[in-house]
Amino acid sequence: MIPLNHYLILGAVLFSLGVFGALTRRNAIAILMSIELMLNAVSLNFIAFARYLPQTLLQGQVFAIFIITIAAAEAAVGLAIVLGLYRNFKTVNVDEINLMKW
Amino acid sequence: MTLKLGIFYLLAAFTVWAAAVVVLGKNIVRAAVALIFTFCGVAALYVLLDAEFLAAVQVLIYVGGITILLLFAIMLTSRISSATARVINDQVVLSAVAAAGLLVGLIYAATQGIAALSGPPRLPETTRFLGRALLTTYALPFEVVSILLLAAMVGAIVLARKE
Repeated sequence: MIPLNHYLILGAVLFSLGVFGALTRRNAIAILMSIELMLNAVSLNFIAFARYLPQTLLQGQVFAIFIITIAAAEAAVGLAIVLGLYRNFKTVNVDEINLMKW
Repeated sequence: MTLKLGIFYLLAAFTVWAAAVVVLGKNIVRAAVALIFTFCGVAALYVLLDAEFLAAVQVLIYVGGITILLLFAIMLTSRISSATARVINDQVVLSAVAAAGLLVGLIYAATQGIAALSGPPRLPETTRFLGRALLTTYALPFEVVSILLLAAMVGAIVLARKE
């Protein structure tokens, strides 16, 4: 039997990889990909808990379904925003997009 | 080391390697394909966790929908000259420290208290269970999420169309 903390540690590794990617990548689409990675790690955690804890309604899996749905909606809107960004600034590197005075 | 534990380690290594390519890959199309592999690895882990319906949903929606959308966006916003550009910005060190700190904290939390759980009961067939739960107990979030998807669809179309 696989102990629960194996899945939790795997979820933690995926999540911190996503955090690192979201903080360091320059391409806006790569940042969105890192956010999807984080959402996957969280879903994995929820489903691991749904398997290992006695849950009468499979709440973990229901929550994971909602996470997948919301991730799809967020990816669609985020990529539409990135397309608008590309049209206005001709680049998707987030450190080149700066309208501030200083 | 049982067979299930060996399969888990294999899938975990594959998923973490693919995630590392997503985060550190220089070519963004390669990163998107590695994201497909990550999603497939996570779907295989869901099957290992007796969540077959969610594994199918994961592959259908994430691989079949979101990564295709990401590839469309990559192709629409790529520039040919940026093949040798940097992919990592200036805050590498700080965010590496932050991510490492977060990882240490999460692993510490994961090994406290509930580490003794190892013999769970077998789940019933999840698809029927989930379908019933989504239409009775969780009917309200289900409907709200449908409205959210409608709003996201309309918003994405409005934002992305050519003026």
